[in-house]
Amino acid sequence: MSTDAVGRAYPRLEGREKVTGTARYAVEYPVDGVTYGWAVPSTVVRGRITRIDTTQALASSGVLAVLHHGNAPRLVPGPDLDLRLLQEPSVHFRGQFVAVVVATSLEAAREGARLVRIDYDAGPHSTVLTDDHPGLYKPDHVNPSYPTDTAEGDFDAGYAAAPVRMDATYRTPAYHNNPMEPHATTAQWRDGQLLVHDSTQGGSPVRATLAELFALPPESVRVITEHVGGGFGAKGFAKASVVLAALAARHVDRPVKLALTRQQLFGPVAYRTPTIQRVRLAADADGRLTAICHDAISQTSTTREFAEQTAVYTRSMYAAPHRRTTHRLVRLDVPTPAWMRAPGECPGSYALESALDELAIAVGIDPVELRIRNDTAVDPDLGRPFTSRNLVACLREGARRFGWAGRDPTPRARRDGRWLIGTGVAGSSYPARARPSSATATARPDGSFLVRINATDIGTGARTAVWQVAADALGVPPERVEIRIGDTDLPTASLAGGSMGTASWSWAVIRAAGALRGKLREGVPPDVEVTAEADTADEVGGQPTRPRYAYGAQFVEVRVDADTGEVRLNRMLGVFAAGRVVNPTTARSQLIGGMTMGLSMALHEEGLLDERYGDWVNHDLATYHITGCADVESIEAYWLDERDDELNPAGVKGIGEIGIVGAAAAVANAVHHATGVRIRDLPIRLDKLIGLSALA
Amino acid sequence: MQGGPENATTTDEPYSSRVAFEVNGASREVTLDNRTTLLDALREHLDLTGAKKGCDHGQCGSCTVLLDGRRVKSCLVFAVTVDGQSVLTVEGLAGPGELSPLQAAFIAHDAFQCGYCTPGQLCSARGMLDEVSMGWPSALTDDLNAPAELTDVEIRERMAGNLCRCAAYPHIVAAVRETAAA
Repeated sequence: MSTDAVGRAYPRLEGREKVTGTARYAVEYPVDGVTYGWAVPSTVVRGRITRIDTTQALASSGVLAVLHHGNAPRLVPGPDLDLRLLQEPSVHFRGQFVAVVVATSLEAAREGARLVRIDYDAGPHSTVLTDDHPGLYKPDHVNPSYPTDTAEGDFDAGYAAAPVRMDATYRTPAYHNNPMEPHATTAQWRDGQLLVHDSTQGGSPVRATLAELFALPPESVRVITEHVGGGFGAKGFAKASVVLAALAARHVDRPVKLALTRQQLFGPVAYRTPTIQRVRLAADADGRLTAICHDAISQTSTTREFAEQTAVYTRSMYAAPHRRTTHRLVRLDVPTPAWMRAPGECPGSYALESALDELAIAVGIDPVELRIRNDTAVDPDLGRPFTSRNLVACLREGARRFGWAGRDPTPRARRDGRWLIGTGVAGSSYPARARPSSATATARPDGSFLVRINATDIGTGARTAVWQVAADALGVPPERVEIRIGDTDLPTASLAGGSMGTASWSWAVIRAAGALRGKLREGVPPDVEVTAEADTADEVGGQPTRPRYAYGAQFVEVRVDADTGEVRLNRMLGVFAAGRVVNPTTARSQLIGGMTMGLSMALHEEGLLDERYGDWVNHDLATYHITGCADVESIEAYWLDERDDELNPAGVKGIGEIGIVGAAAAVANAVHHATGVRIRDLPIRLDKLIGLSALA
Repeated sequence: MQGGPENATTTDEPYSSRVAFEVNGASREVTLDNRTTLLDALREHLDLTGAKKGCDHGQCGSCTVLLDGRRVKSCLVFAVTVDGQSVLTVEGLAGPGELSPLQAAFIAHDAFQCGYCTPGQLCSARGMLDEVSMGWPSALTDDLNAPAELTDVEIRERMAGNLCRCAAYPHIVAAVRETAAA
């Protein structure tokens, strides 16, 4: 396989469409006779609908129908209660979609939704996560299939015997994914066939879910996902929007466009659970860890269990003879939490990498050096060597680029006028996984090639990266390769999630290309089209279990206003070791994007829940703050040249999520260095800094 | 522009109006529900889906277009109010098959990922560069009497109304800086 295209900084293939406004997203396709759906959320937290009065809504101009549990088409009961929409009168959380109004215009649908009258029999609710909640329980496993608890050695004895101990509890609030494109679907039924244009991270899984819910053979469902306006986990599988749109389109027998409002994204489709994390570390006088314990508490809903794998990061990151991790859950009357960029690793790394900073201070060792001392070539969890682990190299390269050497560890030692200056570091890691996928490769008589795979480009650059891989696998210049993705008429592929898209898709494409080359005379176009296909299910499934991880080091410099407590980012620098980088341009964007979301988590994002109403009050982009252009002064991402032959044929580890891992801890550690104030509950708001210390 | 009850076909029908305005240099005339925003008029009535609906509340900037040369959030503008005015959307930033320098710079600097906020970023940047050329200060401009200097700090401040969850911000700033310098 030549490597001409892989590693080169090609601009995104769909760049022109995106900057000219011609890239069409889910509800932007012209459709004859289209109608508009508007979802109606419940206004109580827990209870039953006792009456729905649709008289006024139906009398309103342009309204065609109001769907609710009393009249909506029946769905086949499946395992996911969250998708059993409009089937029963029960309400499990505030904001649950209990009706859909369909009308001939957006304005009429919205007005109709306002006119639907719903009476409820509401009961008491519990919506706030606490560490002493009576409902705390131990789930059978944590997302996706990790053991709930782990233990090696004897943590209690090891902890008790150590000369240096650190015991702290860290809290993170609910986070809301907020991709810029809301969950949105255009659904059309034709002769019993369902066509949806959906904003999702995986068309193949959405097709499977729709086929199951509507009792259709999978080939009767087509899902098109040509362009998707971000996901960050929130669109990881079929969500309410696509089910509601399909129900509505069937009910009115016309095409339906249904986009959730921004407010409706805060809960019913996804969010990151709040966490309460107790971390205990013990070390010898040289800073070598002897005991590690990470106890994580998070919430799930009453409809479906989702257990954030918060403490899993701690199982493999640093070595110690005595180790324990636990996860406990509470079922609350809330929407089911779900994936958000690096579920588990993101909040877990905030706690562990903050705790390491506290330990470094306790033992008087530089925090970069402390991490280097606790590096391990063998996965402490699996007991087997990592396929590659370049954490130390990332730390050293990051320290060099950042100018870490000579740092005075004393808090509040640097001052520039009213600004207190501080620097912080954190480690970062994310698993390198792959899932089965299939692809076809076709040679055409004109010397060009067509590669087909139902990959999804949610902004990652997947279309471009897989195209580059395909060109090298075919041994031709990429200009001769056409790639098609984002349609279930293409070969089935895994979703864009878990940082495993490029690994999974390129694997299938490389195998299909190899099979095609076996059918061709090298360099000679065929007389008629020749196609080869590949399915990596057996190969991926048969891969030996080894600890495969990407690593990184995050460095941050902040300034904190000594009078107001305002925190500003001066600069952020990350160095990563993530296997082969297919496209430096899109890779850098991915990493910077993840780091920025980590900055956002550290300083801005916070879902504020009002217990009386059991819902987040700041459910829009004016009150739920995400990092904006003016917040990012300098942010840089670098990577090491890393080769690992035990990953997948393309040698990639995935880069969509590692950028956020450790980022918030690096910010919090820098804030401590600047101010002497340790913030253990995110976000780092100015009132917390003022409240804890007279800064000036 | 017309409007009011006498213009409705029946008392049950929503009020609607004939609205005539220029979009990307072409005259358009369309009958719209008075409740229709400029954003929905573009997207649902004129098949100009470049302007995006990210929040419908003027909070994200994805719907930014230029109205008589000034950037506005089209989700906050009722379409009936733009009668006789001129609208420029992302589709009109360059001639057919062409790219404006700003659009080309966005591609070159990878100033977007998912692309959903991009049309708003582009229109906002276009409007912002015009504001700077007219000497308009920002909240961070120190000297209100001197010509506005387009530093990175100024670019970030002036582009702060356009959110990008993919966080292409440094690349957006680079693309705008390059375009402004050209």
